[in-house]
Amino acid sequence: MNEILTVEHISKAYGNKVALNDVSFRVHEGTIMGLLGPNGAGKTTLIRIINQIYIADSGKVYFNGKPISIDDVIRFGYLPEERGLYKKMKVGEQALYLSQLKGLSRKQALRELKYWFEKFEITSWWNKKVEELSKGMQQKVQFIISVLHKPSVLIFDEPFSGFDPINANLIKDELLAMKKNGVTIMLSTHNMASVEELCDEIVLINASKNVLSGDVKQIKQQFKEHIYEIVFKGFINYVDLANRHQYEILEHRQDNEHHIIKLRLLDTSIKTNTLIEALLSVGEITSFRELLPSMDEIFIKVVKQTNQEDK
Amino acid sequence: MKKIRIIIAREYITRVRKKSFILMTIIGPILMAALFIVPVWISTLEDNEVKKIAVVDSSRLFIHLLPETEKIKFDYLTNISLLQAEKLIGTNNYYAVLYIPSIVLSTPIVTLSSPKQPSLQLRMHILSALKSQIESFKLIKNNIDPEVIQSVKTDVKVSVVKLNDDGTREVKSSDLQMILGFIGGLLIYFFIFLYGSQVMRGVIEEKSNRIVEVILSSVKPFQLMMGKIIGIALVGLTQFVLWAFLTFSLVTTLSAILLKNTTIVEQQIAAQSIMQKQSTVDMKAEKNFDFNELSAVFDTIKLIDFGVMIFSFLFYFIFGYLMYSALFAAIGGAVDNEADTQQFMLPITIPLILSIVLMSNITTNPEGPIAFWFSMIPLTSPVVMMMRIPFGVPWIEVFISGILLILTFIFTTWLAGKIYKTGILLYGKKVTYKDLYQWIKNK
Repeated sequence: MNEILTVEHISKAYGNKVALNDVSFRVHEGTIMGLLGPNGAGKTTLIRIINQIYIADSGKVYFNGKPISIDDVIRFGYLPEERGLYKKMKVGEQALYLSQLKGLSRKQALRELKYWFEKFEITSWWNKKVEELSKGMQQKVQFIISVLHKPSVLIFDEPFSGFDPINANLIKDELLAMKKNGVTIMLSTHNMASVEELCDEIVLINASKNVLSGDVKQIKQQFKEHIYEIVFKGFINYVDLANRHQYEILEHRQDNEHHIIKLRLLDTSIKTNTLIEALLSVGEITSFRELLPSMDEIFIKVVKQTNQEDK
Repeated sequence: MKKIRIIIAREYITRVRKKSFILMTIIGPILMAALFIVPVWISTLEDNEVKKIAVVDSSRLFIHLLPETEKIKFDYLTNISLLQAEKLIGTNNYYAVLYIPSIVLSTPIVTLSSPKQPSLQLRMHILSALKSQIESFKLIKNNIDPEVIQSVKTDVKVSVVKLNDDGTREVKSSDLQMILGFIGGLLIYFFIFLYGSQVMRGVIEEKSNRIVEVILSSVKPFQLMMGKIIGIALVGLTQFVLWAFLTFSLVTTLSAILLKNTTIVEQQIAAQSIMQKQSTVDMKAEKNFDFNELSAVFDTIKLIDFGVMIFSFLFYFIFGYLMYSALFAAIGGAVDNEADTQQFMLPITIPLILSIVLMSNITTNPEGPIAFWFSMIPLTSPVVMMMRIPFGVPWIEVFISGILLILTFIFTTWLAGKIYKTGILLYGKKVTYKDLYQWIKNK
């Protein structure tokens, strides 16, 4: 896959406060990349550097292999975390103004706005003042403005904040549709569920450093703890279950006639088939699956771990 | 450039469409026209009645000696007490009773009793009439001929003639130039403050709305700042042109309607009174001098180059505004809300207020050192130079002051760009002067 954005050794400090310390990663074309990190880790600074709003103290950003220029950035779709609209201006007029600033002609902008306003069923808002809209409604307008000029790269900082689940899903569907059309999306969010749902790759920034980056599936494999959940139906043989040395039992629950058992393999060289064979004598297995860690768990683990290392 | 144009258009259109702008545009000329018209109009309305004053002169010194005017007549009552005279006010249609006690020469206190509040004009007339009479009585008493005193009194008039380099002579009347200087200076001061603070509020609005980062994904901070400054400058110019045009047409139409019959008469009266004054004061003056004063005023109006006035007004307005509004934009970018602007506003407002404080000094001595230096210093030159222009300023001084102003404008814009760029995306931090210095130093 083509590397559309390459971030190399970016560092940035505000006075004595280090915001980014030698951060490198790459974004592949046509993927969704999640930019994760606790509050104050330096995500917004990083996004602003990619957008050429801030200049890095050292390091470079490349777009399609060439050093990124302001003209590249202006063609991006950018939804900043701190976003708003002119309160006293009418929705339509404002959308027209902002899309003309993105370089669209008035005619093009009107055509695109009509398409999106109809798609989101908000045509009736055109002549309303922004202050009459709710926060979620304003976010919808902002989303439209950021994608109106058909950018090849989208950079979204917390795109789902302020949306109800229905509208959040609407936006998610739009993002997936755009990805299908080859758009590259960089997503900064604290919503781990949406990361699992949408992202192909992640970069986790903690305390101004890149502490974890790569493919989401591989990362999950990398952090797996060999925990399995097995469900037995009816009677189970406790002696047989307990009398093993390959694993330890983490949890045993009974749900009506089902026994749900969570266990961790102690010897990771054991194949799953061997494990299943060993468990056949315990009872009737109705379900067997490996439990992979959630992004939430990985996030917390990595952040805690790196914080301790720093101390 | 195209993007700056889009920003300018938005700043301009949203402001010009505001109700407050339309209201100001209409009310401003009405107020200004009223300022011109109403005093003249009122003066034509009042005092058409003739005021008859009953004089009870116990001293018997002033009978038929008090000078009368068209509107003040004296009726001398003899053998009557003050109380009796006061009772006659209603029946004889007197405006007031003037009582002169017999000891007036030693104790010059007189009484003016009236059911109405006598006007200042009337009191001044009586005061000066009595004063000059009593003085001449005293002169006679001391064997001095009042005629001698009268002929000794001299009213000196300085007719200023300006000698130009090309050898031509101009007669100047500085009153009119003073007024023009005042108006020009005040207008520039007013416009810089009004529109400069609009720039600041606009920047704060974008910052607190959180729209600024959305816009900065499409344009550079400097483009956004300049677009706003230029857009608002155009609003100011529009307002000024509309005001000038509307005020002019209002004054001409209103004066045509309200003062149709009086203006010619009044001009005649004015001319007459000047002639009278001249002839009584100085019998030996040349006859044609009488008209000099009036014609001098008209001469000056003709001599003041309104082309130069308007051109320099526009120049000092535009560059003074640009220089200051860049600073206002920087303040707006550095703070989170209007309440925080105070500490940074002070150094900007001081030079502006100083130039207004110095106004009377400058218009009375337009070529003195204060006027010269403050019309060179760029922070005060827009207002101060505008006060000096009607008096005629050597072109080299205007040129140097203009160049200095343009250079300072470039400097403040550069400075403001630096502060604005850093401050505009910074929230929730109380900014100090030390921070500003750091931002300017950063590359």
